[in-house]
Amino acid sequence: MNVIFYIAAIVAILSTIMAISNKNAIHALLYLIVSLLAISIVFFILGAPFIAALEVIIYAGAIMVLFIFVIMMLNIGLEEELEKKWLTPKMWIIPSILAVILLIIFIYALKSFSAQASGHVISPKQVGISLFTTYLIPVEISAILLLAGITGAYHLGKQKKKVIHRFLIKK
Amino acid sequence: MITVSLEIQILFAFLLFLIGLLGLLVRRNIIFMLLSIEVMFNSAGLVFVLASSRWGQTDGEIMFIFILAVAAAEVSVGLALILQMYHHYKTLDADAMNKLKD
Repeated sequence: MNVIFYIAAIVAILSTIMAISNKNAIHALLYLIVSLLAISIVFFILGAPFIAALEVIIYAGAIMVLFIFVIMMLNIGLEEELEKKWLTPKMWIIPSILAVILLIIFIYALKSFSAQASGHVISPKQVGISLFTTYLIPVEISAILLLAGITGAYHLGKQKKKVIHRFLIKK
Repeated sequence: MITVSLEIQILFAFLLFLIGLLGLLVRRNIIFMLLSIEVMFNSAGLVFVLASSRWGQTDGEIMFIFILAVAAAEVSVGLALILQMYHHYKTLDADAMNKLKD
């Protein structure tokens, strides 16, 4: 089982790196879907089958489809030359150094921390019972958040007609 | 059952978060910036699930479900904003939106 965890983790990290550094948006999305599937395998191994299913359904299914829709609507692809201009190797240096510093600090902090993994399998039934008893109010709040998200996306996504005063129209 | 120590698992989540942060810092294409934010959301949720698996409590998984809801709302609004931005500026360069500056 440990081998599966390591393989899934390495696949997830490599495909995320590819997703971040790719020039083509659709290819990057496909890499990100691979990464999400690998993370879902990790969830399954950790004993969270319900979360693994949610990860595939909502992240790899719904959110990535939203991204693909927008990329198709914008008709990108002609932007690749621009992307090449933006993505010079020297742009990577300073952020990479900062990230490596953060990583070193984190590993240093982990040294003083030791906890054995004790895998507990949590069934979907337990999650559901806890979700609708203890966490009932947060569920309703997140429903309101999603409603606000829908309304906001609808309002922002509308193509507004430009209203110009008749004296300002150039003839 | 899995016996990988919790340090390695959290290190994995942190690496994912760092990759997302790196992408957010480096890329100027706004779609990729949103994508990097998704990676960071996901790694934060991963830590919650790791903790919930470690202590055998459901709370972490429920937090992951809330993170999922927040991510879905954020992505839908963010993509609508990207559509509007592309409509106004005809580019995906995040630096194009600096009109307040000059």
